[in-house]
Amino acid sequence: MIPEIGQFALILALSLAIFQTVFPLVGAHRNNAAMMDVGRTAATGQFVFVAIAFVCLTYAFLTDDFSVLYVANHSQLALPTLYKVSAVWGAHEGSLLLWIFLLAAWTLAVARFSSGLPEAFAARVIGVLGFLSIGFLLFALLTSNPFARLVPAAVDGGDLNPLLQDPGLAIHPPLLYVGYVGFSVAFAFAIAAMISGDLDQRWAKWTRPWTTVAWLFLTLGIALGSWWAYYELGWGGWWFWDAVENASFMPWLIGTALIHSLAVTEKRGLFKSWTLLLAITAFSLSLLGTFLVRSGIIVSVHAFATDPTRGFFILTFLAVVVVGALVLYAWRAPSLDSDAGFGLLSRETFLLLNNVLLVVATALVLIGTLAPLVIEMASGGKISIGPPWFNIAFLVPTIPLVVLLGLGMHTAWRSQDKSAWLRTIRLPAITALVLGVVIPLLIYGRISILLFVGCAAAVWIVVLALILPIRSLFREKGTAGITRSALGMSVAHLGMGLFVIGVTVVSAFGVESDRALRPGETIEVAGYEFEMRELRNVQGPNFSAIEAEIEIRRDGDFVATLRPQKRQYLVQKNWMTEASIRAGLDKDLFVALGDQLGSNGGWSVRIQYKPLIRFIWLGALVMALGGLIAITDRRYRSKVRKTAAVDGAAAEATA
Amino acid sequence: MNRYLWPLIAVVALLVFLVMGLRHGDPRALPSPFIGKPAPQFELPTLKNPDVTIGTQHMAGNYAIVNVWATWCVMCRQEHGFLLDLAASGAIPIYGINWRDSRPEAIRWLQELGDPYLASAYDADGRVGIDWGVYGAPETFLVDPDGTVVYKHLGPLDPVIWQREFVSRMNTGGAD
Amino acid sequence: MKRIFVLLVAAFLMSSAGAIDTDKRFDDPKLQARYEQLISEVRCLQCQNQSIKDSNVSLAADLRREIARMIEEGKSDEDIADFLVVRYGEFALYRPRTTGKTLVLWIAPFLLVLLGVFALARVVKHRISLPIGDDSETKG
Repeated sequence: MIPEIGQFALILALSLAIFQTVFPLVGAHRNNAAMMDVGRTAATGQFVFVAIAFVCLTYAFLTDDFSVLYVANHSQLALPTLYKVSAVWGAHEGSLLLWIFLLAAWTLAVARFSSGLPEAFAARVIGVLGFLSIGFLLFALLTSNPFARLVPAAVDGGDLNPLLQDPGLAIHPPLLYVGYVGFSVAFAFAIAAMISGDLDQRWAKWTRPWTTVAWLFLTLGIALGSWWAYYELGWGGWWFWDAVENASFMPWLIGTALIHSLAVTEKRGLFKSWTLLLAITAFSLSLLGTFLVRSGIIVSVHAFATDPTRGFFILTFLAVVVVGALVLYAWRAPSLDSDAGFGLLSRETFLLLNNVLLVVATALVLIGTLAPLVIEMASGGKISIGPPWFNIAFLVPTIPLVVLLGLGMHTAWRSQDKSAWLRTIRLPAITALVLGVVIPLLIYGRISILLFVGCAAAVWIVVLALILPIRSLFREKGTAGITRSALGMSVAHLGMGLFVIGVTVVSAFGVESDRALRPGETIEVAGYEFEMRELRNVQGPNFSAIEAEIEIRRDGDFVATLRPQKRQYLVQKNWMTEASIRAGLDKDLFVALGDQLGSNGGWSVRIQYKPLIRFIWLGALVMALGGLIAITDRRYRSKVRKTAAVDGAAAEATA
Repeated sequence: MNRYLWPLIAVVALLVFLVMGLRHGDPRALPSPFIGKPAPQFELPTLKNPDVTIGTQHMAGNYAIVNVWATWCVMCRQEHGFLLDLAASGAIPIYGINWRDSRPEAIRWLQELGDPYLASAYDADGRVGIDWGVYGAPETFLVDPDGTVVYKHLGPLDPVIWQREFVSRMNTGGAD
Repeated sequence: MKRIFVLLVAAFLMSSAGAIDTDKRFDDPKLQARYEQLISEVRCLQCQNQSIKDSNVSLAADLRREIARMIEEGKSDEDIADFLVVRYGEFALYRPRTTGKTLVLWIAPFLLVLLGVFALARVVKHRISLPIGDDSETKG
């Protein structure tokens, strides 16, 4: 019964999405307030019904309803409750429902918080979002119904992929999707502007906070995914340039470019068509990513089950949406160019540089992801493009980017006086150059060109990011302090600096060791002694495991006890290694069990020493925090208050 | 031409390419680099009698099937019935490569389930498997009378695949 | 020529690589480093998308063994790559070899950056020539 309610709710949601699309778009065209209002109501209704569907699916999991095919495939009686919930979005159909749910949630947010926008514009935005909802709801109902029945019902389920049975997974897709899906709002804002032909600085101001929120969630989602891969996949890496990772990274890169481009458009009214294009591209990359991951076209560790039929559907939808947007773009963009200028040394120039380098980086990731397919179709030979190419290629635009990062913050709009600028950056530059040599040498005992560049760049970024907040702290009483917007910008850039130092240090000074160990034996890695005290069997709720107790000492002093496991899950029977990590801000000690070696009780063990690796994710967290601070800026709040006052006056007038 | 049309053109090209990619098939299927080339030479002790060797030279002169199998391979069990039928029909000699397996278990397996192979080579450490580009079991190679690899099939064999992929190639007398 | 260039860039990057102590097969640190570099760049064909360094399936272990053997026999990196490509195709290598097709891949990063900078220069040159306008807004 409940699954049928869920399915019916989706159908109702689809009908409401149709209303949500047609009425506001037509209403905006005809300036018909009643029609436009339907949009907001329909959006609320769609959200309610999608939420009902989501709850129904969750209920099916929580009650072990194995008569639902999706539940039977991805759950199990013995699965811990937390993972029964997270299994809802653990595979294709369910994660698609999550997409739909979050799209409906974003739409509701726009409907709710857009009182400061002109009615026709808001109506068009909601209409476009409705169109996107229609596409995804159709996709679910026609090809990927999460409520499909299994007759006769299974006695027990096929279990959730053990790799996904982890708290990190519970949050990773929802966080990631909030961002991924959130770029649809910027996209809708762009389409709405192109339909009406009005695109000005106010448009940029409205679009910025929505884009920033999506961006910050995507930052968190990607960081969480990286962290999860690090401790869950058992090999200690944090980024593999896997197609699915790239699928989320490309929208992030363009999203970052978009945030910076919006700043120029809002401040100077420049680059409007370019900003439009970025807004279209960011969401298109989200759609492309969805396609790549679910169509079977790409080989990946965590692609969803492959199915070309579904692939065709998404591709068609992608085509309609993106081609439609670009046709609008080709039509409207020519009339948007403005005549304002700026000097060579100006913030505009730096932001342009930012955009160019980020776009190049995105293009490279796209090329690397799709090139194997191109080459295979062109010549029949299959090649692989993996980290060896990506790591080198990606550095080409990003090294200049990190060197230039942060300079824009201290460069004035329009034109910057050169000597004042040099005075500002002189101290950071000297600090960076000095510490770029000192940090590697003094703390880790080694130096190289790349090490120097990485450390110097990180210090450079951090110092530049701290200047504005510190100046504000020590300002004269009575003078204006730093705006939230500027503070957010500083914090975000600070996060980037932390990220760079983390990546540089862990890449250069990390130590990996695969060794054979037997109980009672000790080996030394990176100055620490790892002793395997014993091996024992342990039982988990839905798995049995062999656990090793590893004691770590340094210079004879006890450091930690780690307990890596080799688990066999009861249903799917595959073996999985569960790494054990001694985490710290300054370093991680990472131990994972490999394979049993022969019959003498020995195991191959992977031990890793990872200095500053936590800075990678800390940096991302701080970046997201910067975004959060920026959107609380006064100028976004006062508009709402002002509009409320206007609405109040209008209400009085019409009463 | 309106220069703002370029993004659209680029996207349309990308879409066309993606459509072609979708129809292309399984991205993980690795075509054998040996198709049309001589089968990699090997000589290994047979499974049942370590003193006797079997190798590519024994296969010359006729079409032959080389089937890579192991007791730990679930799908090998699936195709085993068909292989027995094929062997009984005398349509083609079937040679086996027992890949990374335990000799006593493999012998017992054949005793229990039947032995369709003229002989099975025992590839204990997988070196011959690597030489043939094997990366999973079961894999089945079709070798022509001159010792050229005509076709490689990944996964279990069945009558349909046999007809469609193997018999058709033997009739046309050569590699695709 | 391209190969040398790629190796130079790789060397530039690898010069800072930490002491990796994986699966100690060689006492000679240079051979060990070669070994580790190679196995990190060979695809595990039984896996979805991992190198044979990061995977423990039987084929990965076998290939690691073969590569170690070839290094011991004195084979060059080229020889080892050829060995793998003959048997498994170019797909087995994560670092695409610089043949005609893949040359584009290795030039692409520099080409794109150059293109970008060129486009940027054009835009900036144009904007410099335009009137800067009055100062009607504060910092952002």
